[in-house]
Amino acid sequence: MDDFRAFDVGAAEAFDDVVQAVAERQGCGADGGGGKARCGSGAGQKRLAPEIWEKVKTHPCYSEEAHHHYARMHVAVAPACNIQCNYCNRKYDCANESRPGVVSEKLNPEQAAQKVLAVASAIPQMTVLGVAGPGDPLANPAKTFKTFELVAKAAPDIKLCLSTNGLALPDYIDVIKTFNVDHVTITINMIDPEVGAQIYPWIFWKHKRVAGKEAAKILSERQLQGLEMLTERGVLCKVNSVMIPGVNDEHLVEVNKAVKSRGAFLHNIMPLISAPEHGTAYGRNGQRAPSAHELKALQDRCEGEMTMMRHCRQCRADAVGLLGEDRSGEFTIQKIMAMDVSYDIKQRRAYQNKLEQQRLANIAAKNIAAKHAELETLAGEATDVRILVAVATKGGGRINEHFGHAKEFQIYELGARGAKFVGHRRVDHYCQGGYGEEGSLDTIIGAINDCAAVFVAKIGHCPRDSLIAAGIEPVERYAFEFIEQSAILYFKDYLDRLKRGEVAPAARGDARIRQGAFVSA
Amino acid sequence: MAYKIVASQCTSCSACEAECPNVAIREKNGVFIINSKKCTECIGYFDVAQCVAVCPVDNTCIIDASYPRYQAGSAA
Ligand code: SF4
Ligand code: SF4
Repeated sequence: MDDFRAFDVGAAEAFDDVVQAVAERQGCGADGGGGKARCGSGAGQKRLAPEIWEKVKTHPCYSEEAHHHYARMHVAVAPACNIQCNYCNRKYDCANESRPGVVSEKLNPEQAAQKVLAVASAIPQMTVLGVAGPGDPLANPAKTFKTFELVAKAAPDIKLCLSTNGLALPDYIDVIKTFNVDHVTITINMIDPEVGAQIYPWIFWKHKRVAGKEAAKILSERQLQGLEMLTERGVLCKVNSVMIPGVNDEHLVEVNKAVKSRGAFLHNIMPLISAPEHGTAYGRNGQRAPSAHELKALQDRCEGEMTMMRHCRQCRADAVGLLGEDRSGEFTIQKIMAMDVSYDIKQRRAYQNKLEQQRLANIAAKNIAAKHAELETLAGEATDVRILVAVATKGGGRINEHFGHAKEFQIYELGARGAKFVGHRRVDHYCQGGYGEEGSLDTIIGAINDCAAVFVAKIGHCPRDSLIAAGIEPVERYAFEFIEQSAILYFKDYLDRLKRGEVAPAARGDARIRQGAFVSA
Repeated sequence: MAYKIVASQCTSCSACEAECPNVAIREKNGVFIINSKKCTECIGYFDVAQCVAVCPVDNTCIIDASYPRYQAGSAA
């Protein structure tokens, strides 16, 4: 799977094009005013304390806005794990913890550091290195911290982050601080041992296997203790939770409160991935995944409590490149060990400064446009109508993707208060065979079935007819325009048509969440 | 006796390697193996065999019946 896109290291020109294309992507503004986050995580400037915003603004995992601009990579140096989760099948690595899918290449710390330098030299916007697995980084402390040490020495400008289940976390607080790790993600699925016993069959604790509620109780205590210790010391902590219908879905509201009160700055609720073919305990016993509506409803309920993250695509732990744009095939062990890497920190800084200026200019332009459209268009509209629309975008906050090329759709909720980003729907797996195929089109429709319209840069005849038949309006007239501005105009028009009786406020169905890791083809 | 690893089941996660009190486990050709001369079944160290307890795949670290039971104090 890693070789989906062969890359010739010598093809510097082609590479420049890629980097250039990436650089041209514009910002997906995070905050449009009214205190409402507009895009992605809602990790917009106004909702976060300035010192936290300063830290997260260039982190592609934490800010919807940044993930179009900056790249992160994970290196798979941590194979061992100290707990067992029902959503994980270790034969194929962990399905939900950090990289749903496959980490095919395990690296030792020296190889990992070389890979990081090679990638960072080729992609100047690579600013974040994460260790997330495939097991638990803190169950492999020597490998994890050796990697950090080597990278920090050779490339001090790269931010380090790690993801953990938290069991070993309280033991490594000082080391984490020493290596100046500024982002730690803890996966917390419960705070109640009754719930935990249904998620974790056992933990390895003090040289013994501990099972059931006792295990869950220890795990939960360690997680919350670790979270507290880190936030007390000023280390940024994000919490990931896997939403498991009927097990912890209601309970995650409590989890949200608990982690917020302990200083977590972001809570990312992810849907369970439990396809039977993944061979996880949940996959085998038929535990279902949540629907898109259920996920959104839960995220909405928690949003009042704290900043939610809605743009997580559940990438693989060895993904390279901008989020959703997996380039790991270009950097296999053989290729990187053969590379002659010259790490030029000055050049990287200059590039990043340019990128940052471009990003800010774009956010400003977009926010002005959206604000303008909102004031002009929705003034005096008092309506309870709310609709969802799907948007085909390559980033930059614009409607700039062809329907058939879209690997995912951004979902916006439109209402009297404007347009709000509420999530992604991935369709990447299905469109590989080219669009127009019956099967893949059905899948796309299934993924955006709850939307009233889909905004695209362009769309062919065949999918257009199928969408209309499914009650989803294909909209091409806002091609290459800003998303939010267009969405507001569309909504205004929709309300007018509703008044004239031209569209029926049909209740839309629910949508399916695509199963599996995000690997763009 | 000593423990052995069923190669076809091993995910090569390395978790057992770090836990073995006798440094009896190492990687070989992509999977992990136990040196039966070094394995003491954890006797003298822990109540349960560490490799068994930590391994994510049940029935992967198992007793190798072709060796006699380890006797504490004897040279296995
Ligand atoms: S039983 Fe104990 S001594 Fe033997 S290999 Fe396993 S961990 Fe090592
Ligand atoms: S813990 Fe089990 S799966 Fe992991 S390396 Fe050891 S024997 Fe293999």
